[in-house]
This record gives sequence, structure tokens and C-alpha cells, in this order.
Amino acid sequence: MRWLRKNLIPIIGILVLVYLFIPIAVVAVLSFNKPAGKFNIAWNEFSLSAWQNICGVPGVCGSFVTSLEIGLLATLVGTIFGTMIAFALVRYRFRGRSTTNLLIFLPMATPEVVLGSSLLALFLNLAFPLGFWTVVIAHIMFIISFVVVAVKARLQGMDPRLEEAARDLYADARSTFRHVTFPLVLPGILGAALLGFSLSFDDYIISAFNAGTLVTFPIYIWGAAQRGIPVQVNALATLVFVIALTIVLVSQFINYRRRRMLEAGMSAD
Amino acid sequence: MDASGDVQDLHLLDLTKAFGDFVAVDDLTLTIPAGSFFALLGPSGCGKTTTLRMVAGLEDPTQGQILLGETDITHEKPYKRHVNTVFQSYALFPHLDIFENVAFGLRRRGIKNVEPQVTAMLELVELGPLARRKPAQLSGGQQQRVAVARALINQPGVLLLDEPLGALDLKLRRQMQIELKRIQTEVGTTFVHVTHDQEEAMTMADTVAVMNKGRIEQMGAPIDIYDLPQTSFVANFLGQSNLLSGSVNSGGDVLEVSAQGQRFGVPSNRSVVTSGDIVIGVRPEKLSLAAAGEQVADGRNAIPGRVTDASFTGVSTQYLVMTPWDAEWVVFEQNRASAIMRPGDEVTIHWEVRHTFGLAPAEAV
Repeated sequence: MRWLRKNLIPIIGILVLVYLFIPIAVVAVLSFNKPAGKFNIAWNEFSLSAWQNICGVPGVCGSFVTSLEIGLLATLVGTIFGTMIAFALVRYRFRGRSTTNLLIFLPMATPEVVLGSSLLALFLNLAFPLGFWTVVIAHIMFIISFVVVAVKARLQGMDPRLEEAARDLYADARSTFRHVTFPLVLPGILGAALLGFSLSFDDYIISAFNAGTLVTFPIYIWGAAQRGIPVQVNALATLVFVIALTIVLVSQFINYRRRRMLEAGMSAD
Repeated sequence: MDASGDVQDLHLLDLTKAFGDFVAVDDLTLTIPAGSFFALLGPSGCGKTTTLRMVAGLEDPTQGQILLGETDITHEKPYKRHVNTVFQSYALFPHLDIFENVAFGLRRRGIKNVEPQVTAMLELVELGPLARRKPAQLSGGQQQRVAVARALINQPGVLLLDEPLGALDLKLRRQMQIELKRIQTEVGTTFVHVTHDQEEAMTMADTVAVMNKGRIEQMGAPIDIYDLPQTSFVANFLGQSNLLSGSVNSGGDVLEVSAQGQRFGVPSNRSVVTSGDIVIGVRPEKLSLAAAGEQVADGRNAIPGRVTDASFTGVSTQYLVMTPWDAEWVVFEQNRASAIMRPGDEVTIHWEVRHTFGLAPAEAV
């Protein structure tokens, strides 16, 4: 009983982590499976065939690449616009500023079904052909909101004296932005871009409304689920997870190394 | 753009800054001589920081002119001025290390080989070994020295310091006062120092300008202002003063003033007014106490009173003495006197006529 009381928090912590990671683990394990029937839901036999022939099923890799392209493009454009909007909202007083502030939140608060369907109505009314570009446009729209919110917070938290100091130290407006403002806001922009990309990459609802005949990765999986998801999808998903995990671990390690070096430097004198 | 050059006088001419209806700086005219350590002293909201920001170019004057030597810099962009600032709470660039913080101004001016200058400057402020640290890893005092180095490396005509020691604790503040004074002597640049700390201003500056409500009340060497304040604001903001309203009876070298039914002498060359209503004043350390009834030497000013508080501080004792007209006077006495007075003791406060000063009555407190 005493042992339990002492170790309760780690036990609960481990249980929560297990709960979070079981679905991912199942996906990863089943990527090495050779399913008995159409559906890859029960363990049958170890096989590397999905990994060796990852594009073996028609449409898998095509949709994966399509989603990557849409994600990168939408993130790039959304981040640029979002950052500019955030600067305008924080730095300038203009008519409609507070309205803009409010409206920018709407895409985040509106249910995706509503957003997706009303965008579809808009595109149909304009007779705009559905496909790659309509999905990109839709994704840019919600990415902008996230970027604006993140960059705005970063900008508002910045000491205005830093830019004054730069101007005092012979930096003109352009140079101040390049050497002081932008580097200080950059972590906020990058964080927002990362979030934007992952939102775009796994978006199904809005994409499905506006994709026309285009097949993105989530749309592909949704369709395949009716007939049995090919093992290649598990392999690709596992690959994405491993890549993301590696990026996180490497950045953590670099941070840790840097901190260790600084602490060592501090105690040296 | 050449930022390095001779140190020049700084002239402010009829300088005014209004924010809407509020006039922060009101028709200020001032010359700060080249190479001096100049303090703008005043309570918060008196316009001293606004004045500094106008000189730095971070605030655009509503009226008036700012001249550096012969050059009009009134509306010059801050990055084109021969002026650098040590900001309150330093404003060091958190993403750059100490070396790059100090090199910032040189790099923006397109100087290629910054290494020797930066190294020499870090040497001057004794931060050489910390060149590759980030600002957040430095103590308050070290950050302060980086801020000074970052500004000074550009060899400005004028260095502006905005409450530079405000964020430091008392002990470090004393150290940095001496340090800043040393640096100023070494580089010979004009330092304009804004502070609300009268002791700091008096310790460091050659010239102090006391500011109140957007105007300069009095300007001069600390010792002169302290000895002979010309307004009751200065008398109370710079050190403490005991004041008393009265009227001048007769002129001459020593004015005869009657107040509260008593007569006092005030040297006419130490008085702003020589007839009519007057406020006379005297500094607490110029006062002596005698037991009531004890003979006070002739020709000294004297008032009766009762001790209400005595604080023994080692080198001196600080008394509060209640006068018959219910004003509390402050008296500092060196602990050389025979006996220390106790609360309740009836005493006579007395002082030399030559230590008395006279102020105009309009602004009496």
C-alpha cells in the first residue's frame, strides 16, 4: 500500500502514455504483417513486403506526395500572409483592426464541416474547377488563423526597447527588422508553420468537400478503409511517425548539449 | 555616415514635447558642455526621459531644436545620429551573444573588421571572458556593462543613460556609479544621465539639472545646488530642507525677516527675493540643538521647539523637532555633542545666518 502511494504518479503517467501510444504501436506492428484476408486487423505472419515495396499499391504514394505538396505550399503561403497580418494587427492602428482581430479567430472556431461545405458552395458559384488549387486555398485559409495567433503573441511579448536600441545603434528600418525583429519572432513563426503543416497534412473534412477528383493521403485512406487498407499505408504512417520523432529527438539533444556546455562554461569561472 | 568624431556641446533650444494636452517637456533650453557628466534629475513624469528620447531621436519634438555642436539633429533619424543610448533595463538583444551585441553598431555601419574594437571595449568594461555568453546568462551588473559597451563602442558625441542603475541592488549601484564615472573619465565622452535618485546624480555628475513638470528648476554643480537651492521644489527634492514663511522687514547685506513672531537673518546674496514675502530655509545638518534656556550665541538664528523623535544612526543623530507653529523640523547632529536629546525635551534650534537661504513664496510648500 505504501509502495503504491509512493509510486502512484509514475504508474498513472506510464498508463496514460501507454494509452496514447497503443494506437501508433498497433499501426507500426501491423506494417510488418501479412494479412490473412482483405483487412489488416489481425496478426497473421511477419512480412517485410509492405516496406520493400512501399509504393506497390496504386495510389498510395501518389496521394502521399499530393498531401505533402499541398501541405508545403499551403504552409508557405499561409505563414507569409499570417505573419504579415500579425505585424499589421500589432504594429498599426487602423480602421477595422479590432474586427479583423475577431474575424481571424473564426476559422478556428467554426466546425470544419461548415467551413468545407461553404467553401464548396463558393467555388461552385464562382465555377472554379475543384482540385489541387481549391484544396490549397482552403488550407491556406485555416493556416493563416493559426499563424496570426502565434506570431501576434510573440510580437506582443517583445520588448519595444529592443527595436529602439537597434535604431539607436545605426540600424535603419530594414536592418532593424532583419537583425532584431525577425530573429526574435522567428521561433513563433516556425512553430506556427509546423502546426499549420500538420493540420493541412491530415485534414480530411475540408479537403474532401473541395478536392473534386483529387485524392489526398487522408482521402485515400478513407476510401481504402471500405475495401481494406493496404499494409503500405501502415508503413507510410510509421515512416512519418519515425521521421517526426527523429526530428524532435535531435532538437532535444542539441538543446541539451548546448545547455550542458553553457553550464560547464558558467562553472568554469 | 561617420559616427566617430570630436565630442561636441549639446544644445537644446526651446524644446517642447506635448502628448495631446499633456506637455511633457515645456520650452526647455539647455547647453550640455562637451565632455561633461550631466545629470537630469527629477521625479517620475517630470519629462526627463522624454527629453532624453528626443535627443536620441526616439521621440519627435513638438517644437524647438536640438543641436549637436553646429549640426541640427532635431528631426534626424535615430540611426543617423551621433548619439547612443544605454536603455533602462538595458534592452540587450537576447538572441545575440555579448560580442555580437557590442559589435551591433559597428556592423550596421558597415565596418568589416570589428574584432579589435570589440575586444578592446569588452576589456574596458572587464567582460572579455564572457564574450560568447548570451545576455540572459549574465548578472544584472554585467548586463549593465554590456549595455554601456554596446553604446560606447560607437564613440558617440553624446552618451545617453536612461536610469541605468535602476535595476541594480544598492551595493551594486554604488559600485557601478564609481565604474561609470571611471569609464567616463577614460573615454571623455559627454554623458547625459537621467535619474530620479538625487544621491546618484550628486555622486556622479559634474552638473545637475533638477527637472519638474517639464521645466528645469535649477542647474549647476551638485554642491552649489545643494548649498543654495533656488526653489522650494529643489530644496526638498535634492536633500531635505526646513522651510518657514515670513516677510522681509529691512534690506541690506543681511535681510531681516520676521516669521512666526521671531526675527531671522538671511544673507541677501543667498535670497531669491529681497523684499515682501519670503520663505527662508536651512539644511538639517546646518542646525544645532541646545537645551531650552541654555544661552545661544548672539547673531545666530534660533527657534524654540520640542523633540518628538531621536534616531541614533552611529555617526549622527537625526531629530524631529516640533516648532510652536506645529511644523516638524529635521535636525542632523554629529555625535560630538555632550548630551543626546530625548523625545519630550524642550530645545532651541539654532544655526548660522550664513547657512540660511531665501526662496520666493509663491511655490512654498
